[in-house]
Amino acid sequence: MARVHVASSEYGEPSVNVVDVDAASVRFWLPHERVVSFKEFAIRRIQRRLSYRQLWALKGVSLEVAPAEAVAIIGRNGAGKSTLLRLIARVMHPTEGRVRVVGHVAPLLDLGAGFHPELTGRENVMLNGTLLGHARRDVQRRFDDIVAFAEIADFIDAPLRTYSSGMAARLGFAVATAWQPDILIVDESLSVGDEKFRAKCEARIGEYRRSGTSILLVSHDLPTVRAVCQRAIWLDGGRVRMTGEVDRVATAYHEAA
Amino acid sequence: MARIFVSLDQRIDGWDAPALRARSVQTARVYDSAQRPPPAIEELREAWRYRDLIGELVVRDVKTRYKRSVLGVAWTMLNPLLMMLILTFVFSNVFRFEITHYAVYMLSAQIVWIFFSQTTTAAMHQMAWGGPLLTKIYVPKAVFPLAALGTGLVNFALALVPLALIIIVTGVPITPAMLMLPIPMVFAACLALGVGLILSTISMWFHDVIDMWQILLTALYFFTPIMYPRSILPEGYVFLLNLNPVYHIVELFRLPIYIGWPAGPYTLLAAAVSSFVALVVGWLVFTSRARSMANQA
Repeated sequence: MARVHVASSEYGEPSVNVVDVDAASVRFWLPHERVVSFKEFAIRRIQRRLSYRQLWALKGVSLEVAPAEAVAIIGRNGAGKSTLLRLIARVMHPTEGRVRVVGHVAPLLDLGAGFHPELTGRENVMLNGTLLGHARRDVQRRFDDIVAFAEIADFIDAPLRTYSSGMAARLGFAVATAWQPDILIVDESLSVGDEKFRAKCEARIGEYRRSGTSILLVSHDLPTVRAVCQRAIWLDGGRVRMTGEVDRVATAYHEAA
Repeated sequence: MARIFVSLDQRIDGWDAPALRARSVQTARVYDSAQRPPPAIEELREAWRYRDLIGELVVRDVKTRYKRSVLGVAWTMLNPLLMMLILTFVFSNVFRFEITHYAVYMLSAQIVWIFFSQTTTAAMHQMAWGGPLLTKIYVPKAVFPLAALGTGLVNFALALVPLALIIIVTGVPITPAMLMLPIPMVFAACLALGVGLILSTISMWFHDVIDMWQILLTALYFFTPIMYPRSILPEGYVFLLNLNPVYHIVELFRLPIYIGWPAGPYTLLAAAVSSFVALVVGWLVFTSRARSMANQA
């Protein structure tokens, strides 16, 4: 991966977006009947009973996100919201089109997905931090901040299975946001513990935004979308139904639903 | 549990300040789906970038394995020792082979075998653990089989302790030939990783491969002279035995210890070629499939 040095003009305005999705399409091959065992696969192969249908989860979707901009992705279930996020998080590769992302992406999707119940909080922080692509030394350097933010200093050497779900969620959020990302992907339905901690999470996200982090927010909740974002993209059946200023898109989406 | 973003004062309208815009795109990593290097090379680079994760996964495996067992690390050493005691009893009292220093003969091969079977199996288990994660965050997939190899090597190093003990206790002479031992271990690592990569590729789609591999491993175990002398195999099987890569590696590891003399050049060549071919094929197969793993809904 190359490193670019964006030459700022005298107005200090770089010409690069942090996210540039250009006419991207994603195709899945779905078997008509799900085959999960190799034995079954071999038998069906011989009997020529394997058939697949293609499903375009996304078709010709374009999206640009500028630095420090907050964009909402709205649409009904199965509209392709998660697939679009996966393209940007480079979990998936576009079948057609092009995806460019500049900078570090932090997905706040499933906090603590890599947590192991038998390991202590300390060990899990190291594991989760490196899973997010940070060097061990960087995780150690932020370690005290992470523990302080999650408010679990007393339990950090206890195994994770002894944690309440709120404590685990707090630790997951603290690790995932310990480094300021260039792009933060937020699933609005994400739960982060109690009311007090939620306010703390919001404060941290707000602070990152003020210093330049872009936000991609997936949400069904239109008031939140209007409150947080400047722009919105409305996906419907894998295609862009509408994109533009948040109030306009949210109103149209609300009227259609 | 509360959800993020419920307050309504989140919109930050000063977002287009030029200074803010400039901040995040300076000296940043660029990902461009249209300019990705070939998978085999990209995966190699990314696995290196995530080397600390491989280390953490190995630490996790070694720790979780021993955390809940009373015997702790001693278990890794006891396991081959107990196996050896049973087999020594069976072979010297039931089958009545005359193998001098049977304990060393068997244990030196057994620990190489355990390394091979554990690493290949663990590669699939690692992949199964990582699977759900791979649909959410980007992680180079090769870290999982590589972590399985790391754990296998740690366990192998621990198993060398009982082997050294038995060598000393039984009075098998310690010779300069033992300096050759790292060579078969490099081959064993390449072979186990190569086979593990192929297996974990298949296991992403078919979970029953894990069970099928256990059956194949049992067959391969009995078709490799580990606990019995090669001489008991009928003449007709010798040709087949030469096609068994594990056999060559086991011989390469055992002979310097057991007879104090390295194995012949043919064995060395066979082990080298088969293990490097396995590694290259495994890497190409795995990385060519790695990108589409998340697309298999």
